[in-house]
Amino acid sequence: MSNSFTFVPVTIMDKKVRHILEILENDARTTPEDIASFIDMSAEEVSQEIAKLEDTGVIRHYKTIVDWDLVGENYVYAVIELKVTLERNQGYQAIAERIYKFPEVRSVRLLSGNYDISLTVRGKSMKDVAFFVAEKIATLDQVQSTSTHFVLKTYKEDGVILHEPETIKKLPVSF
Amino acid sequence: MRPPCDPSKFVADAVKNIPPSGIRRFFDLVSGLEDIISLGVGEPDFITPWHIREMCIHSLEKGQTSYTSNYGLPELREELTKTYYRRYGLNYDPSSEVLITTGVSEALDIAVRTVVNPGDEVIIVQPSYVAYVPSVVLAGGKPVIVSTHRDDEFSLTAEALKPAITNKTKAIILNFPNNPTGAIMTQEELEDIADLVVENDLFVISDEVYECLTYGSKHVPFSSLAGMKERTIMLNGFSKAYAMTGLRLGFAMASPEIIHSMMMIHQYSMLCAPITAQIGAIEALRNGKDEMERMVREYDRRRHFIVRGFNKIGLECCNPKGAFYAFPYIGNTGLSSSEFAERLLDEKKVVTIPGDVFGEAGEGFLRCAYAASIDDIRKALDRMGDFVDGLKQ
Repeated sequence: MSNSFTFVPVTIMDKKVRHILEILENDARTTPEDIASFIDMSAEEVSQEIAKLEDTGVIRHYKTIVDWDLVGENYVYAVIELKVTLERNQGYQAIAERIYKFPEVRSVRLLSGNYDISLTVRGKSMKDVAFFVAEKIATLDQVQSTSTHFVLKTYKEDGVILHEPETIKKLPVSF
Repeated sequence: MRPPCDPSKFVADAVKNIPPSGIRRFFDLVSGLEDIISLGVGEPDFITPWHIREMCIHSLEKGQTSYTSNYGLPELREELTKTYYRRYGLNYDPSSEVLITTGVSEALDIAVRTVVNPGDEVIIVQPSYVAYVPSVVLAGGKPVIVSTHRDDEFSLTAEALKPAITNKTKAIILNFPNNPTGAIMTQEELEDIADLVVENDLFVISDEVYECLTYGSKHVPFSSLAGMKERTIMLNGFSKAYAMTGLRLGFAMASPEIIHSMMMIHQYSMLCAPITAQIGAIEALRNGKDEMERMVREYDRRRHFIVRGFNKIGLECCNPKGAFYAFPYIGNTGLSSSEFAERLLDEKKVVTIPGDVFGEAGEGFLRCAYAASIDDIRKALDRMGDFVDGLKQ
């Protein structure tokens, strides 16, 4: 999606729109019919609101969180910290754009502190990722140094805990 | 050989005279059943927010396991009074007008014992929480029941209250937002009650444990009405708002005279509320607003979902404005509340609570807690729809 969306301050949004966003952020597959029954609107109204939210870019994308460990797929994630030097007339945006266009790169963030930019990169093997960093990232003019950290295990991803939660027994009847 | 004896003869009359709970039988029916869906709970399905649990754990690691002041930790009382000032502009003095108790249950018990002399009449508004009548009976008082009705959305009217007041009436127990009806009362409605309270020189015990769970309109503490602070013990706790039921933490707010008197009982019966829960409660008040509001929004969605669902399957249900209970009418099915609930459990494995458990005025209704996941509510509604269809044939 492009960056041409206008900023919509959520504070001035209708309460019901906030509900819709919270419901979808929690479960993107919730149907407009279900959402309608949670917030006392009609399904058509909900669909219209969602369309508006998509158009204005408040809703950017719908995704699935996959626990690839359970699939047994061979992959590695790495977090890569970059120190960069800025060139005249070019801000961080320019270097971020160069980097995020690689499909191997899953996220790009500008950070405060010792490093400037943090990426997560996904590859089939450690060698794969190491070569990608060495060939594609480290060689960029603005990149001063890279530091690669391979992910050994993911416990929580985007708010979702990736293991079976223990169920707590409660009394079936209480006052 | 000494002769055998029947130990039950040692049980005091007051205890023997506690009215039997209609729910006991229900407990037995439920236990052992598999694949049940329960709308029968009186507690949130959420777990206590992690930051609160974490604070409790941290305090245990540090070794904070001592007694506290009888009144409760000063920081907690301070946070509570600040919270009430912020929310309602209410002024309570943390050092003399707050008592931290082991759940609202304890607060209720000592509140009643503090104001009721043997023979005093205490008006109890029903349908309501099951502990009020026994508390009054145990204190030697005489419960006088006033009913609320569906036509008034289960709020208490001055007309209904007036005839119940006699020269022996000492106090009224109010419970809004209400368990089991979900009813709330507006400021105007409460003002009418306050007028009667002054006219007849009465005292009020206001159980406001569902204070934070209102939808669309803000709660009105009874003590915030003009002239009511001195005539009211406000009861509240952390169980419902912060999903802390098992931590057992409640509180009472009232005038120094009343709080001191309540403390006289509390110091010899409970001594103090558990310190771990008190520390968790401080954290809840300081940093728990976002999580609490998130839970309230979630209840709100389930509320719409379940009310719409009941009306769809032919069980009339008005929109509860507080707590987390729906109270659908089942009177037109030809079954009593108990018959309906028992057959529903037996045939469809859905647990609900018959409305008459909360007083005669609840007959014809079912209490269905929507403090359950949407999936469970959906399944329960499907099964209840089948059940209702079956009754028609």
